[in-house]
Amino acid sequence: MRATRNSTTSSVSDLRTDTPPLTLGAVQTGAPASAPVSHGLPDHDVSAEGLTKSFGKTQIFSDVNFRLVRGEAVALVGANGTGKSTLLRCILGLIPIDGGTVELLGQDVSAAKASQMRQLRSKTGLVAQKHNLVPRLTVLSNVLHGLLGQQSGPRYWSQSFAPQAARDAALAALDKVGLAHLAGRRADRLSGGQSQRVAIARALIAQPKLLIADEPCASLDPSAGEEIMSMFFDLVRSEGVTVVFTSHHIEHALTYGDRVLGLAEGKLKLDATANSLAPSDLRGLYD
Amino acid sequence: MTDTSLPARFERPSALSFLGYAAGILIFFWALNGAGFSLEKVLSSPPRFADFAARAFPPNLDPKVLERLGWKMVETLQIAFAGAAIGVILSLPVALLATRGLIFGSVITTTTRTVLSFIRAVPDIAWALVFVVAVGLGPFAGVLAITIDTIGFCGRFFADDMEAVDKGPAEGLTATGARRLDIAACATLPASAPAFVSTSLYAFEKAVRSSTILGLVGAGGIGIELKVGFDLFDYPTAMTVILMIAVVVILIEAFSTWARKSIIGEQR
Repeated sequence: MRATRNSTTSSVSDLRTDTPPLTLGAVQTGAPASAPVSHGLPDHDVSAEGLTKSFGKTQIFSDVNFRLVRGEAVALVGANGTGKSTLLRCILGLIPIDGGTVELLGQDVSAAKASQMRQLRSKTGLVAQKHNLVPRLTVLSNVLHGLLGQQSGPRYWSQSFAPQAARDAALAALDKVGLAHLAGRRADRLSGGQSQRVAIARALIAQPKLLIADEPCASLDPSAGEEIMSMFFDLVRSEGVTVVFTSHHIEHALTYGDRVLGLAEGKLKLDATANSLAPSDLRGLYD
Repeated sequence: MTDTSLPARFERPSALSFLGYAAGILIFFWALNGAGFSLEKVLSSPPRFADFAARAFPPNLDPKVLERLGWKMVETLQIAFAGAAIGVILSLPVALLATRGLIFGSVITTTTRTVLSFIRAVPDIAWALVFVVAVGLGPFAGVLAITIDTIGFCGRFFADDMEAVDKGPAEGLTATGARRLDIAACATLPASAPAFVSTSLYAFEKAVRSSTILGLVGAGGIGIELKVGFDLFDYPTAMTVILMIAVVVILIEAFSTWARKSIIGEQR
């Protein structure tokens, strides 16, 4: 069952390319969505223009253009090694780009100072494939760390010393993912599905505007993966958060994404609304 | 056409590799020559060992001697524990300064690592001589020598441990806008804790071994008894000291292994 959008579906279809969905990896040349003009509209959380990234002499992708409309969920798909994770990290400024620009919440990532970048990131969250919890700390401390972008200092390093309001917020975030009863358990004593729920709670506690999820269910069995995706998108949609996620599951991309971006051969070869795509349209990206 | 034949059992070394092996062998013989290695002396030494053993055995088990040596051994362990504990504590902030890509830039990390290399390059017995001059004869000079030696050891290895830790949790916090100090405190340090415990226990073992010989230069501990024993040709007492050191070091190593397993389990 496809989850419904609350407010931004129309703007999604307005901004996406007018060209029909591409199939079998056909290059999207000259399409409006691959060459966005600088708009500065407040309803865009991310705008990437001419994005290029290489590692050494290996070019990962080049001339990638897209925009993320506030509140939409965008699936980023492509075969292994096409640079999906790299692209996500470029958006957050976690790794530098070689060319082009990325505007994150209205600010040029490459031009932002460290303090500005921290402030920007305090409005974002990252859910990674491997959960990235700190194994020896409690679940509650791990969730509390999601507030560090907004509340710095030793009092927020451990739930033992944290202000009561922060502890309550962390417990409430855990309650949303159904794990309040495990608040005192060490993170390395959790199952894969539980760990990913805690990671989601950590990402949501600071009420981010943008969430990036890098293959959030790749390390989970199909049943747990389905459960996590369903819960994750119920939460982010109820809170109006913009989401960009990567997945190798074509069904997930089409079910949970409003829009699908496809990377192949170092280029953005697909940018279309999920409604307009069939699974067979995406399979070409993996050939 | 794809080659599906078996690869050769051994690959022929390149000219550069061959030169490297040849240079290694030449350096080995050059080092033996410079160090005065003599097979003749090795073959003629067993009778001298036997003579020493005959004079040293049985070890001196006089209760008064054992009591005196026992208290010296206690002092040795006190030097080792105090020096290692202070050294481990001071190593933590030093390691934060030395860890690349954690909090500080390359100038500070490189400078700190250079200082740590210098500390390690100077042997513990030389540090003991320096501190005997600085604070006088006695165990306190030994504590300071062990402390500085531990900082050189743990400071470097704590930093290496922090650099080797899984970067995932740190990246997760970076993405929330956390500051570098927060990331170090919340992600890097907790993830490095098992490695720190293991390194600290090695540092303690090393400190016990070191502290047994610091007495040779007047920095306290049982080493002075060993020196006096040999100086006065009192080989039975010297043998007692050697055996006491061996037993204590073996016990400390066993304790360290047990503690490492109990505290960090299989998670290293």
